[in-house]
This record gives sequence, structure tokens and C-alpha cells, in this order.
Amino acid sequence: MLPYLVRRLLIALPTLFLVTVMVFSIQRLLPGDPALALAGEERDPEVIAYIREKYHLNDPLPLQYYYWMRAVLQGDLGESIRTKAPVTEMILQKLPVTAELAVLSILVALAIAIPAGVLSAVRKESLLDYTANVIALSGLSIPNFWLGIMLILLVSVHLGWLPASGYVSPLEDLGENLKRMIMPAFVLGTGLAAALMRQTRSAMLEVLKADYVRTARAKGLAERVVIYRHALRNALIPVVTLVGLQLGGLLSGAVLTEQVFVIPGFGKMIVDAVFNRDYPMVQGVVLFTATAYILVNLLVDLAYALINPKIRLGGEAT
Amino acid sequence: MKRRWWLAAVLALGTWASAQTLRIGLVSDPDVLDPDLGRTFVGRIVFASLCDKLFDITPDLEIVPQLATGYTWSEDGRTLTLTLRQGVTFHDGEPFNAEAVKFNIERSLTLPGSNRRSEIEPIERVEVVDAYTVRIHLKTPFSPLIAQFADRAGMMVSPKAARELGENFGRAPVCSGPFKFVERVAQDRIVLEKFEDYWNKDQIHFDRVVFLPIPDASVRLANLQSGDLDLIERVAPTDLNTVRDDPRLELAAAVGLGYQGLTINLANPEPRDTPLAKDPRVREALELALDREAINQVVFNGEFVPGNQPVPPTSPWYIEELPMPKRDVARARELLKAAGYDRVAFTLMVVNNPQSIQLGQVIQSMAKEAGFDIQLNAVEFATALDLQEAGEYDAFQIGWSGRIDPDGNIFIFHTCDGALNETGYCDPEVDRLLNAARSASSFEERHELYRQAAERYLPDRHIIYLYHPKWFWGYRADLEGFRPFPDGIIRPEGLKLK
Repeated sequence: MLPYLVRRLLIALPTLFLVTVMVFSIQRLLPGDPALALAGEERDPEVIAYIREKYHLNDPLPLQYYYWMRAVLQGDLGESIRTKAPVTEMILQKLPVTAELAVLSILVALAIAIPAGVLSAVRKESLLDYTANVIALSGLSIPNFWLGIMLILLVSVHLGWLPASGYVSPLEDLGENLKRMIMPAFVLGTGLAAALMRQTRSAMLEVLKADYVRTARAKGLAERVVIYRHALRNALIPVVTLVGLQLGGLLSGAVLTEQVFVIPGFGKMIVDAVFNRDYPMVQGVVLFTATAYILVNLLVDLAYALINPKIRLGGEAT
Repeated sequence: MKRRWWLAAVLALGTWASAQTLRIGLVSDPDVLDPDLGRTFVGRIVFASLCDKLFDITPDLEIVPQLATGYTWSEDGRTLTLTLRQGVTFHDGEPFNAEAVKFNIERSLTLPGSNRRSEIEPIERVEVVDAYTVRIHLKTPFSPLIAQFADRAGMMVSPKAARELGENFGRAPVCSGPFKFVERVAQDRIVLEKFEDYWNKDQIHFDRVVFLPIPDASVRLANLQSGDLDLIERVAPTDLNTVRDDPRLELAAAVGLGYQGLTINLANPEPRDTPLAKDPRVREALELALDREAINQVVFNGEFVPGNQPVPPTSPWYIEELPMPKRDVARARELLKAAGYDRVAFTLMVVNNPQSIQLGQVIQSMAKEAGFDIQLNAVEFATALDLQEAGEYDAFQIGWSGRIDPDGNIFIFHTCDGALNETGYCDPEVDRLLNAARSASSFEERHELYRQAAERYLPDRHIIYLYHPKWFWGYRADLEGFRPFPDGIIRPEGLKLK
């Protein structure tokens, strides 16, 4: 296991290097000058010159890249041009928020997708199967933004059950935190559930046809045991892969939902940074997200071994 | 047991009610909270609760004392003497006095990256006369200076804190306003707390102010409707009736100081060889093709104010002798013919938000009838600024947020070397008149100079002014004392719950 881990982490290094080069250069290909975007309405030439100088925007690109990497390797992601706050501090401030939202959404998604997927596989082509499919597909096709606003109007404005938006840290007040997270997690979760449900369903259908399931049934095991202990466990492998990918995506992809529910997370931070051409911020966040993505994928691979002991990791077995 | 719980709940409610918090929904997250570095409009709303200024304005745009109690100009208009309010302290307990004013003005002029330097650039030096009197010496006469001191350039920060915190001052600002800084979570909230030693504390009725940035207009409104916010700025014109119809809410409005229009590239970076740039008759035809009233009705539900000058028709600086022309398609066609064109094509750059694009489309269809083939180019904002600066545009739909003194809406756009002259327009006579208006001190004299200047630059139509946005605020009906100001800033003085 350990050599496998080390090998995987070493392979990640060139990937990360490429990510840094790409985010650095693509961003600079964009039209729009951070100094101009940030100098405000007045655009005082002296202020613009000062910002360009301070953030090395006049230097050749390779030199700018060198400055950035040198700082990054020392653990310094720089400071936001717009708010002057250190990028690392901003990331650490936002990460728990988005991570909580991501985990809650995945939980909502799994709670919907797995039972629905199993049921529709077991009762294939029944009314239940069709209903589950229709519900799952509507979750996928309704835009998060719209669903979010509709939920706010119904639940908060008309019924007054939950606060419309905003964020309270769970460390401060867990109850208040959950009250504010239910709606966004539900909105994101229903969107994710569709793909997960479809994946569970098709994996289950595949597995239910397998020989060992037939054997299990032949042994006279209860159908419930066959389905949940033998079939579902194996069917979960592709589902876990998908969950891993979605979790990575949620870190940066919950932009619209965060916008609607005013959750101060990662997605909103990235969007604002891109529009303001806040280079250090965008670079820091993308680098961080890429690292997180790589790590989540690694964890997913490790999870395979836990779910299905037949999968062994590492080079010893060959 | 049950009763004890009940009692505890009542007590908790009691403390909550006595510690009143005002929650304000902003359109976006402010930038750095340092008055000398700040650039955003929303930042100015936060500053109004945090930092007092030398002067303030009334809702009728009259300049009134705040930290200064009075001023006198010297005969030659090159020396301004200010008397200061006594008994004022900063949030860190430091005294406010003439030394502090000198420090602040010098900081605005010398702090690297200061956005205030250009606003008070004519200042040569500041002299401390006594503890509560300062004399400001100018390189050239500059009558808009008092108006500049009624905005960020007049905000006073604690010299001690500014020296200690240096560039990081904006992360924990220390001023002398009604509320002091508590915390800021980027893109989430800015929390301020009542300053007990505030000189005007009788006017302050909340213990805390919390600013929450909520960019989406409908979400901002939903938060007001659900009671999660007490006051929101910039209600969308399409949502106004929702607020008007809701008995739990109130709506307030004020005509803003700024404008929106078409900026036409004549000679940036060098004279352009296009009909629109070369011939003022073509630009006159374009203006006559547009119906400002209809634009206001179609795009803004009739809620904004159509206009043809850098200041709104409600302003005392509006030139009555130059009224808004009516749409006249026949005359527009004649002008094009006279200029030697049957049809004229050009590209209109608009910012890629739904409202600007809709405005562009309305302009496009109106101008088409008069013989213009407009191609719309919707561009993301930062990119659009870049293209404008580089002169890579025919016409650009853009505006200006506006300043208290008319000089702030005119000078930098219409003088040959104006800081924001992106059209390449240059008329030495206009320069002379606008410079003279900066030196003149009486309203009548300045108004006359602005009239003469407008008579020259308006017919050139390098900027075709279209309309003046209004500010709209929504707030809970039991909030009283809200005063709408034309600068769009929310002032906490007098605000309280019934």
C-alpha cells in the first residue's frame, strides 16, 4: 500500500507542474488588464503604473512565472490584488464552507440515488422504475439557479420556514448552520442524484446477471441479502468513482448555487477573481483545486480496496 | 423546568432585541476598506458608517459640515482655511485635530497606489494654524475641492493606526465614524459595532451594522422579503412594483449623480477614418434617431430619467438652454444625405450583461430606421475597458457613476488631456472654459462657464448622453428615518426601528 501511495504522489507532481503552467499562461491570454480592472472608475495612470509594478505585471511572462513559483514553493500563494488579503488565508477560510456544502450535497444525492437506483434495477421496467427515472432526470435538467430561487421564494419568503440565504459556521451554531445549508445541499444534491442513480441502476443490472448472484440465490439466500450484500457492494465501484469526480467538481463548480444562497465558498471566490483579473487569487485557487482533485482521486482508488477486497493495490501481486 | 426554559428564552430574546442590528444587502463585495485605496461604490456605503468626512452633502446636494465646521476661501482662490470640530476621537482613542487632517491629506497625496491623489492633486501643502484650524495651499485655484472633501478624499483615518498598519490598514480600518470595525469575511459579511464615543451618537440607534454582499437582485429582494435583511440597495427596475405592492416593505428613490450614454471614438489613439468619427452631422443623425423616452420605457420600465447632458435635468447645474432633442428620423436621414451617405455602419460595444445588451438592441433598431447598421459587440467588462483604453472601438455604451461637483462629470471627459478622455476629443476653447470653471468660486459664474462649454462640446456629440439611473432602496416598513441621497450612499444617522 505504501509504495503505491508514494508512486501515485510522485506521478501527481508533473501533473501539478503542468497545471501551474497552464493556469498561469491561459489567464494571461485573456484580454483585460488586472491593473485596469482594479484601478476603478477613475483609472488614475499613476495608480495603474503602481499596480503593474507591484505585481510584476511589466516583467516578461517567464519571469512572472518564476516569481510566482518561487513564492509557491515557499508556501506563499501571494495576496489578492483586489482585497489585499493573503490568498492562502482566503482559501482556508472558504474551503470548509464549500467542503461542507459538497459533502452534504453528496449525502443528499446518495440518499436519493442509491435506493432509487437499486429499486429501479430490481423492479426493472416497472412503474416504479419509470417514476424514479423521471424524477432523477428532472433533477438533472432543472437548472440549479432556478430551483434555488424558487425554493427561496416558497420556503423562506412565503412559508417563512428557513432563512433565505447566508452562512453560519457549524462551530458557531450547528442548528443555524444546517438550517442554511439544507436548501443549497438539496438543490445541488438533486442535480447530482440523477447521474448517480442512473449509474447505480445500470451497475446493479449488470451485477444481478452475474454468476455469483445466481449462485447466491441458488444457495437460498434471502433476496434482500443477495441484493444488498452481494450485488450492491460490487455495483458501488463505478458509483464511487463518479462520486469522487463529482466531489472534485463541487469544490469549484457550485458557483451558481453559492451565488443564489449567498454562501461564501470557493466557487464565488473564483468567479469574482476571474472577473477582476485577480491573477494571484485565480492561480492560487486553481492550483489548490487541482491538488484537491488529485488527492480525491487517490482516495477514490483507495476506497475501491475497501469496498471490494478483491482489488489489491500496489505492485507486490504481479 | 419548563418554566425556566421559557424564562431563559424570554431573557435571550430581550438581549437580542436590545442589541439591535441593521442588516444591509449590498450589490457586491467591497474592495479594500482603506479610504485612500478604495475604488468600489459599495465600499463607499460601508465607509459612510465607518469613517466621517470633513464635509457631507444633504439630499439636495448642498455641502454641509461634518468633521470640519466651516471654511473660507482666500481672495485668489488658492488658499482654503478649515475650522475643525472639537471633541472628536478616532476609534482607537486618538484625538481628531489639525495634525490629523494634515496627516490624512498628505497620506492621500503620497500613499503608493492612492486613488485619492488625482482628486485633490492641486493641493500643494497643508499648514497647521492651531489645534483646530488648517490652511490648505493650492498650486492652482480648484473650487471642486470642498466637494471632494465630501467624499472619500475627505475621510479621516486615525494617523496612529495608519502608521502602524501601513499597507494593511484596509484590513482593520480605524476611523472616527459612528461605527467601528469588528470583522470581515470576504464575500460574506462586514460587521461594524456602535462607537460609544461618537460625537453625534444621539443620531445612532443601532448597536451593529452588518453588510452582506448579495449580487443577484432577485435574491437580494427575497432576503428582504423573508426578513433576513432590513435594507437593500439597488432594487432592480423590474422588481420595483413587487416592493411597492408589499405592505411589509417601503421603497425610496433618488436620481443619481451619474449618466449612461454612447462614447464615440473620434481620435483614439489617432483620428479615425470612419463616417461616425469624421463627420459631426453623422453623429447628430445618430442622436436624432434615438428616442430617449422610449429607451427608458422599454429597458427600464420608465423608472430612470432621460437626459442629454452630463448632469441630470434635476441638477442645478443642468443647462436649460440646451434641452433634450426629440426623435426626428426624417431630419436624421437628411443629415446623413447631406454628409454624403446613404447608410452608415458601425460597431457598438456593450458590456455583456442582460440590461446593456437590451439597451444596445433598442438603440440598434431605432437607429436602423434612420440609416444606421449597427453591429452589437457584447464584451465582458474588464475586456471592454481594455479595448476602450486601446481605442479599439467605434462606439461604446458606458457611463459614469457621477460626482457631487459637476467638474467631476465633465472635466476629465472633455478636456484634451482629460484622464478619462477616451474619445480623443480636443477643443482648446472647451479646455479654457472648463479650467476657468475650476477657478471660479460663485455658482452663477461657474454655471455660466459650464453653459458656454456645453454649447461647444454637446454639438460635437463625442458622448451622446442618454439617461440618468436612479437609486432604489427597499427596506422593511418599520424602519424609519431613511433618507435617499443622490450619491446613492446609505447614511446610518437617524435610522431606527419603530
